[in-house]
Amino acid sequence: MAVVSKESALETKPVNPRVKSMKDFYERLKKNKSALVGFYVLLFFFFVSIFGAIDANYGITGVSSNATNLTAKLQGPSAEYWFGTDHLGRDIFIRILHGMYITLGVGFAATFLAGLVGVPLGIISGYFGGWVDTVIMRIMDILLAFPGILLALAIVSVLGGSTINVTIAIAIGAVPQFARIVRGSTLTTKKLEYVDAIRALGAKNGKIIFQHILPNIMSPIIVNTTLFIATAILSAAGLSFLGLGVQPPTPEWGAMLNDGRNYMYQASHITFFPGMMIVIVVLAFNLFGDGLRDALDPKMKK
Amino acid sequence: MTTKQLLKVENLKQYFPIKGGFLGRTVNHVKAVDDISFTINKGETVSVVGESGCGKSTTGRAILRLDEPTAGSVEFDGQDVLGLSKADMRKMRADMQIIFQDPYASLNPRKTVRQTLNEAMEIQNVVPKRERNDKIIELMETVGLQRHQIDRFPHEFSGGQRQRIGIARALSVNPKLIICDEAVSALDVSIQAQVLNLLKRLQREMDLTFLFIAHDLGVVRHISDRIIVMYLGKIVEMGETKSIFENPQHPYTKALLSAIPVPNPKKKSERIFLRGDVPSPIDPPSGCRFHTRCPFATDKCREEIPVLEAKDEIYEGKHTVACHYALDIQAGKHEAQYEMTNVRKVLDEEGMDDESTAKDREEAKN
Repeated sequence: MAVVSKESALETKPVNPRVKSMKDFYERLKKNKSALVGFYVLLFFFFVSIFGAIDANYGITGVSSNATNLTAKLQGPSAEYWFGTDHLGRDIFIRILHGMYITLGVGFAATFLAGLVGVPLGIISGYFGGWVDTVIMRIMDILLAFPGILLALAIVSVLGGSTINVTIAIAIGAVPQFARIVRGSTLTTKKLEYVDAIRALGAKNGKIIFQHILPNIMSPIIVNTTLFIATAILSAAGLSFLGLGVQPPTPEWGAMLNDGRNYMYQASHITFFPGMMIVIVVLAFNLFGDGLRDALDPKMKK
Repeated sequence: MTTKQLLKVENLKQYFPIKGGFLGRTVNHVKAVDDISFTINKGETVSVVGESGCGKSTTGRAILRLDEPTAGSVEFDGQDVLGLSKADMRKMRADMQIIFQDPYASLNPRKTVRQTLNEAMEIQNVVPKRERNDKIIELMETVGLQRHQIDRFPHEFSGGQRQRIGIARALSVNPKLIICDEAVSALDVSIQAQVLNLLKRLQREMDLTFLFIAHDLGVVRHISDRIIVMYLGKIVEMGETKSIFENPQHPYTKALLSAIPVPNPKKKSERIFLRGDVPSPIDPPSGCRFHTRCPFATDKCREEIPVLEAKDEIYEGKHTVACHYALDIQAGKHEAQYEMTNVRKVLDEEGMDDESTAKDREEAKN
């Protein structure tokens, strides 16, 4: 059997290993139904977000998200207004769709920034060890000592409330998390024999780090990134809810929650729908992240 | 065989600090390798044997400066290895290579055979870029891999094949000395033989020198010219393979050799069992490190550290041992304080632990 398959493998054109592993990866992801659901929900949200990013006001629907209609304010869900209207008579459904790009954008940007700083710090810390490690990790410990939202609050109060500042504030809070995970993985990987082998061949540190350590610690980084986007979205919504984040009338979900706060008794749908959307996005990222972790774990390979 | 010295290790020490306390100060050291000296001649295969934790692998790693040794000197081809600058050391690494034990951990899972071998040659710049491809194929064929496997990843190979890739990687920079750190221990017996024969053939063809770190004495006997026996970071006996196997002088070597299984079930060999476990290398026993487990130990052994030396003219240059009583034991002048051969037999039959067995035996005596 084995001989036959070898022969046939010789004749066929070699499959690009990257494509093959992507296929394998999707096969494994498919087995985890909830992760797959998360994956498709996110895919749909990205699609919607692209329109919001191109034109924040008219978005995917072509209807202005800031068009007020005071005659139709505080209306419950109906055929005309699927998610109802808010206190200024704005269509909540449209605002949610158009605001999606902000929520996803802040989540991605904050996580990307945090990774950009945290990953190199973690690798340097884990690889070189000694006093470099001590200095970097103690600074990370100091950052970790503050509760994330409190740190973000403090930073935003200093910098002032805006989308970019919220992103920066959340990113700073997330740096230690990345640094720690990457440091741990680096410590394990650098002790493997192939790293010793390449050192015995006389490779320089840069080559060892970029070609032998980084590619082999990518899966924890990817999984952590996915899971952290969910946390970042929550933090951003929290800050906006407190009035420190994205400023009105931008249809940010957290800010929309805040808008609806005063009308909770008469028109609970104003807070309900944005809140539910936050839950769905966060859940989708978490489900997908968990599935990703399982799919990327080489030990789970059959 | 030429007698030109290739590697000279002198008073090599490797202490690993143990950090502890509130400020992470060094509270103690693990004396993994403690003051060992030996030489390896060109074209020779020297094996280092000993039980787990005796410092065999640490010695190999210290020679290659994968861990910086605490003290001592390593001379390779007349050059002081430990004194080299980073850049010079990098060049020197082409001459000394290592093959690792675990064929699963010793290859980067994300690099194909071609990438792995190409990278090795690129680092040391041994082959011009245009000829590298041919050289890779040549190397693969030398170690017994097929040409069409060049773009495969490590996980697509078996353990034996991976070990061959590891060997090819070591060979790719044309080294003079290869340290085989338990290079065949992780392979099953039939593959072990294949890989050993491959190493032997490579040695003949490429004029290689091997430092073979192993615990399998059968393998060691098959491949080595000389043997170094280590116990708890020190060399206890060193000599030509034949001399060590036929005439072991140190009680530890004797016990070690008696553990080799005999293929003939009818032939009863006397198995020597050692009492207790290896003491901790953090706080090794005074005097002779083996005295805690040696049936011949006296007060002298507890106080004086024995020197590694040839005990008789006939052994000069061939066989050295670090034991105060090596000759006396051989001549039957120095008796063991307790029986070493049947302790386990009684234990096996009765399925009891040491203490109760000892009690039983005492009762039987009375």
